[in-house]
Amino acid sequence: MSALLAEVPYWGQSLLRVLGGIVAVLLPAGTIVYIFLFKMMSFMQSRLGPMEAGPYGSMQLFAEVGKWLQKEDIVPERADARIFKMAPVIVLLSTFLLVAVVPFGPDAWFTDFETGIFYALAVSSISVLGILIAGWSSANKYSLLGGLRAAGQLIAYELPMVLAVVGVVIQAETMNLQKIVVAQNSGSMFGIDTFGHPYVISQFIGFVIFMIAIQAELTQAPFDMPIAESELVSGYMTEYSGFRFLIFFIGEFATAGVFAMIASVLFLGGWGVPFSWFGWTSIDSIDNWMNVVGPLIMFTKMMLLVFIIMWIRFSYPRLREDQLQRFAWKGLIPVALLNIAVTSILKVVF
Amino acid sequence: MIAQNIGFWIIAVLMVVSALRVVTTNNVVHAALWLVVVLAGAAGQYILLAAEFVAITQVLVYIGAVMVLFLFGTMLTRARIGAESDLNNSYKKLGIPVALVMLVAMGLALTRSFGDEKLPESAKVVSTQEVSDQIFGPYLLPFWALSFVLLAAVVGAIVLARKD
Repeated sequence: MSALLAEVPYWGQSLLRVLGGIVAVLLPAGTIVYIFLFKMMSFMQSRLGPMEAGPYGSMQLFAEVGKWLQKEDIVPERADARIFKMAPVIVLLSTFLLVAVVPFGPDAWFTDFETGIFYALAVSSISVLGILIAGWSSANKYSLLGGLRAAGQLIAYELPMVLAVVGVVIQAETMNLQKIVVAQNSGSMFGIDTFGHPYVISQFIGFVIFMIAIQAELTQAPFDMPIAESELVSGYMTEYSGFRFLIFFIGEFATAGVFAMIASVLFLGGWGVPFSWFGWTSIDSIDNWMNVVGPLIMFTKMMLLVFIIMWIRFSYPRLREDQLQRFAWKGLIPVALLNIAVTSILKVVF
Repeated sequence: MIAQNIGFWIIAVLMVVSALRVVTTNNVVHAALWLVVVLAGAAGQYILLAAEFVAITQVLVYIGAVMVLFLFGTMLTRARIGAESDLNNSYKKLGIPVALVMLVAMGLALTRSFGDEKLPESAKVVSTQEVSDQIFGPYLLPFWALSFVLLAAVVGAIVLARKD
């Protein structure tokens, strides 16, 4: 965004960045909820889903938001009111901090952080804090259990996620997300540079581990033990109503979108197309229209990855708490460590 | 006064107030949350010093892991909502002088070794590569020693937690 906004004063740039961030968080969240949660789930269950509001039910989301906004904002009598109100904001804050490093085009980025992916992993862990205190401050046993389960799960699956990313960082030789995109699109496989070198091929194990970890970090089924409606009512969200529940809801799907964007940057080549198609050599020689097409490519890849997440969510039954922990600690983490060892050996050899 | 200085003082005051609230608040979870503010403030100060890698590590390790485990532990064992009366114990009298001695010692160490030295106004961002070159170069031995201590702690935790 730096080159695009060179003539705009600093306050204007900041304003545009904030607006861009809101769009980059809310637009994917809304699209994901309508296309996957409302429509795809309905089709998988042989029903039509919402059809009344707008053509083909496309305005249903606005109706839902309106419904939530006019509901009473209830705080339980025994709850710790201040912290109870703060918790959903912390969860959403982590999403907004996360989107700040995602690059959308050669010049279309919010911040060009040198340690971008490291930052993303750090701020994504802030949401655990919000979930924990939401569960605690509700003064409800179901909420507390949900919060504790969520924290245990998020800690367990953060580790394989970080380790899966390390493989990509070793291959790209950088933690900057923009440079990871360039490295994939200007690379070549076996001397053929027609497809660039998306890391989903050479880091396939890392990709699978990362996607499983995302699924768990987002507490989507089969990893929805923290919410488990048949045993915990609604986990840490039980006592929330009205717009505070809405914030949790937006946070859940916005984070799904942002994580999918990060996964597409790390493994699918992000906003880019293979540079050899148009004869680009470096990031500076990319034509300006990529700043418009790039975000669209990014959005397509994001939808593809979210489709996989939701497909699994609607297909598999819930894992038990001990299975869930065992899978992370005894399955994913050793495989991820092995992946790092093999990647670094191959990196040094070739 | 440059912008970084203003930022420093705002964050510093916030950190001191939060640190005092950590020890004066009468609820364990509130104390932990005030501690989060202190640690986040430290991360902010690192960013003002143009040390982004250290700042992010601060967030990842202290807020994302240590504080979450801390809260997890207290909530799992005892964390009542509302004020608790039995949080202060007799170690308070010992703690205050120890804290004062630490403050003086660290303050002296800082002023003695840096004095009036000023950072260049346009401080260069320390790249991750430089940090890693330092860690895996001149500081390799301390790094290994630390890794060994951590490994020993992990093994110790497993030994303590095992039932058989």
